[in-house]
Amino acid sequence: MSNGASGAEAHSRTTAVALSDVNITFRLADSGSYTAVEGASLEVADGEFVAIVGPTGCGKSTLLNVTAGLFPPSQGRVDIFGANLAGLNRQSGYLFQSEALFPWKTALENVAIGLETAGTPQSEARARAQDWLTRVGLGHFGPRYPHMLSGGQRKRVGLAQVLIRDPKILLMDEPFGPLDAQTRQIMGNLLLDLWSADRKAVMFVTHDLEEAIALSDRVVIMSAGPAARIIGDWRVPLTRPRDTAEVKLDPEFHRLHRDIWQTLKAEVMKGYEQTGGG
Amino acid sequence: MTRGRLLSLQFLIAVITLLAWHLATTVPIGGVTLLPPFFFSNPVDVAARIFKWFAEGTIWKHLWVTLIEAMLAFVIGSVAGVLIGFWFAQQPRVAAVFDPYVKAINALPRVVLAPIFTLWFGLGIWSKVALGVTLVFFIVFFNVYQGVKEVSPTVLANARMLGMNDRQLMRHVYWPSALSWMFSSLHTSVGFAVVGAVVGEYLGSAAGLGYIIQQAEGVFDVAGVFAGMFVLAAFVIAIDWLVTLTENRLLVWRPVAAETRTQA
Repeated sequence: MSNGASGAEAHSRTTAVALSDVNITFRLADSGSYTAVEGASLEVADGEFVAIVGPTGCGKSTLLNVTAGLFPPSQGRVDIFGANLAGLNRQSGYLFQSEALFPWKTALENVAIGLETAGTPQSEARARAQDWLTRVGLGHFGPRYPHMLSGGQRKRVGLAQVLIRDPKILLMDEPFGPLDAQTRQIMGNLLLDLWSADRKAVMFVTHDLEEAIALSDRVVIMSAGPAARIIGDWRVPLTRPRDTAEVKLDPEFHRLHRDIWQTLKAEVMKGYEQTGGG
Repeated sequence: MTRGRLLSLQFLIAVITLLAWHLATTVPIGGVTLLPPFFFSNPVDVAARIFKWFAEGTIWKHLWVTLIEAMLAFVIGSVAGVLIGFWFAQQPRVAAVFDPYVKAINALPRVVLAPIFTLWFGLGIWSKVALGVTLVFFIVFFNVYQGVKEVSPTVLANARMLGMNDRQLMRHVYWPSALSWMFSSLHTSVGFAVVGAVVGEYLGSAAGLGYIIQQAEGVFDVAGVFAGMFVLAAFVIAIDWLVTLTENRLLVWRPVAAETRTQA
């Protein structure tokens, strides 16, 4: 595992997210329990883009939800910028996998709401929301309701909705999962573009290894569930700025992909056997 | 189908029905009138009666009374339904305790309540309003309850991550969701408000559309009964049309409502 330029830079910074020995266990309806994640430890430096990859149902999203403070870990600690996390993680923004926009609000209102809840006057919040819509390429779509937008446009609104609050940590749960291949690529580039402006710490969950390498500074691999663990951690030495399509032609990209896939493949097969898929 | 074609076909149905009714009640076939006019009246008499009511202006008072009763029943039933629906949805324990009673009262045919309401509230409008309220309340209550319960967990998590406190969650998430469910049942609840008013009038009153129909029935005035029914039907359609207009304005964010809007 070689250190790329961005990786070395990230090392010198403060730690944004620190998960230490996190266990997450759910109580099931039939009085049993299900351990989703076991003994997960992970550090994300400020300004570092970390992709978390694992087979379907391995507890990647669960780990993200715990980092967001949506529920506490059953065991272990979560520290955000050195402080133990209790309750909601106020320093993070969360881009969800499924539809999370407020269907009864227009695109503009959806983006502005995160400022309005924080007490920003409505006119100012709306003006800044309009700015953000323009930045994600939807300047003329402010008055549209979510159902009038395409899947990709809704994701752009979602991205603006999260980023307008300027969170220090960005949590993303397969945000581009439901989109078609071309739109994913465009969204990936848009994300890198916005991210490079002020380099937030990012935890990006995906099951797509190519997407993970193309976007991130580090790729973390989780084993198949139940009791998923973190089983691999690779630095991505590819230079920035990157184009998510062009970077896939880089020989270094191929070497890394082959390397990581050897580890991931076994887990994916295990995952299929357990879920009966495949 | 174009709008013009649709309208003409709809009109055709009315013409055929009226014509068949007229022939069956006035033209004997083989010496036998298919529908005896005493029991079925005929379209001409009924139309004359409706015309007379409007020409003399006696009908307005009855329409007005029914409208007021229905509106009061709708407003009171809706407000109570929204408040209690919200309360139950926020307090699952309260909801669980009251659950069998809510179901029991809702299962009761409201007609049996009418005589009690007449005893309690007298023959004036309030006994009819009370009957309408018992109908409207449950529709609104169940919809608001459902609307608060069925907020998407992702939308809720997103709202929390965007920094909403409990009050803001209420205003920006629960309230719009509950309202959308309530408005989607607007046709039903407004319809039931009218039903409550008319049934109440029918069972004992001094004015209203139900009263006219009941009076006509009492003297075997079948033309009067049919005339009352037609006026009532037109009244309900007019109200339903107003509801549709309101709905299209309030639910622009909904896919279906938006489609209707672009067609209009």
